[in-house]
Amino acid sequence: MDDNLIKQISLFAENKPGRLANIASKFKEESINIRAFTIAEAGDFGIIRMVVDNPDNAHRVLHNAGFTVSETDVLGIEMKDVPGQLATIADLLGKHNVNIDYAYAFVTRTEKAFLIVRVSDIEKAIKILNEGGINLLTMNDIQSI
Amino acid sequence: MIEYWNPQIERMPVDELEKLQEQKLKNLVSYVYNHSPFYRKRFDAVGVKPEDITSLKDLTKLPFTYKKDLRDTYPTGMFCVPNKQLVRFHVSSGTTGKPTVVGYTMNDIKEWSKSLGRALTSIGVGRDDVLQVSYGYGLFTGGLGMHYGAEEVGATVLPISTGSTEKQLELMQDLGTTAIACTPSYLLYMSEVAKAEGLDFAKDTRLRVGILGAEPWTEEMRKRIEDATGIKAYDIFGTSELSGPLFTECRYQNGIHIWADQFLVEIIDPDTGEPLVDGERGELVITTLAKEALPLIRYRIGDYTVLNREPCKCGRTHPRIMRVSGRVDDMLIVRGINVFPGQVESVLMKIPEVGEHFMIIVDRINELDVMKVQIEMNDEAFSDKVNDIMALEKRVSESLKNVLNLSVKVELVEHGTLPRSMGKSKKVIDNRKL
Repeated sequence: MDDNLIKQISLFAENKPGRLANIASKFKEESINIRAFTIAEAGDFGIIRMVVDNPDNAHRVLHNAGFTVSETDVLGIEMKDVPGQLATIADLLGKHNVNIDYAYAFVTRTEKAFLIVRVSDIEKAIKILNEGGINLLTMNDIQSI
Repeated sequence: MIEYWNPQIERMPVDELEKLQEQKLKNLVSYVYNHSPFYRKRFDAVGVKPEDITSLKDLTKLPFTYKKDLRDTYPTGMFCVPNKQLVRFHVSSGTTGKPTVVGYTMNDIKEWSKSLGRALTSIGVGRDDVLQVSYGYGLFTGGLGMHYGAEEVGATVLPISTGSTEKQLELMQDLGTTAIACTPSYLLYMSEVAKAEGLDFAKDTRLRVGILGAEPWTEEMRKRIEDATGIKAYDIFGTSELSGPLFTECRYQNGIHIWADQFLVEIIDPDTGEPLVDGERGELVITTLAKEALPLIRYRIGDYTVLNREPCKCGRTHPRIMRVSGRVDDMLIVRGINVFPGQVESVLMKIPEVGEHFMIIVDRINELDVMKVQIEMNDEAFSDKVNDIMALEKRVSESLKNVLNLSVKVELVEHGTLPRSMGKSKKVIDNRKL
């Protein structure tokens, strides 16, 4: 079951020019690949969330560069390219009282779509989605995408 | 380890101490009247003659002196001795105006060292200690003052002065530093650098005592420092006009002992100049009883504090001033409300998610004062949910409002972006053009 936990890197950034460039150049130096990425902005600050191929290394690099950074467990849900797929997933979780804290999507070179979600009860969510026949990503999948 | 540097003086019964003060005050008044044209003019202006001062009660007949007097008579217009008797000058930085010059006779240096010698002994620092003096050496009194005080008690001085933090940490380990004298903000910065280098103060150094001052700090900050470093943090007090750093708390950390045979303290109402009863918060006024080059009569030092004459558990009979809660000069008036940076610090340090560094920024927007406090978040407290962070900002803002009675905008900034200081830290930016 733990195979399905995706380690997301989250970091606190002030909303000002150059912050993203700084992070991106650190990753370039260390050859870290970003698979999925989103910024939640709230006025003066933003939280940058990303799924990378080597989260432990990314965490170390950002921490040493002085960033406030954390690793958060999220799920990577494979979405079939058919209408109503998102509704199915949201329905499953909602019915079982699992709240989605936030979500963002990305599409791979193999033309698959994935949804990254942070939920209120991750173990329960994995069980529900597995039982519902929904395919979940593993860290291995993330590295080989 | 010895308990008192000068047991006979430090434990002298209060009535005997007062008799001693009375004699010294009488001598002082006639000394300044006869040696300083400045004081003679001052006394004549209010019609006081030295013979009018016959007991401590007559102290209030004497006029106050102010920092402004030192500036107006720059550089040496208030001195009571000619240059040939001086052995040293110190010059204040002049951050709040023209610099002030303080001169010392050989005896002034000795009295200064004695005062610190007693203070260091009272916190258990002596012959067995290595004292790292990380205050600036030079025109500032912090470095040389601590240096002489430490030598007085036979401690081994490491005169490293401020700066080069890596070197500070390296020598601290290699030479077995047991006590350090610096500003509280610099010690925090050092511990931050140490942590980044994987150094644990408690395990990797012999440091056990911090002698911290030269900027106002709070009880809450003391707790943070003691928790972060595992040392005992003691407050030191003094100012260049009185010689420099002079007094500390004793081991009980319950007020700073002011040596009554050297200094006479009063607490007054800053508006009326009237003396307050013991225990009331007011402005500290000090008369120097043993200085030769630049004695000060009822000097308005500009700090707010409370006087406590209760005998201390340590056995010393000299009065204590409780933690200095802020300088008159540091007070901000925002929308008509008095705000001390120390109040802000004390609120922030009670919130575990908030880091040790902060900055107060005051602007005037559309004729209205706006106060903003920038804080950093402790790494452990970081949540990647926007709501959690906004809730933290709100909680800090509400706590500040409860204490200050003022709406404050709280802004979280990235770790490491607020200025770290090696000397006196700057905690306020006032952008108002008043």
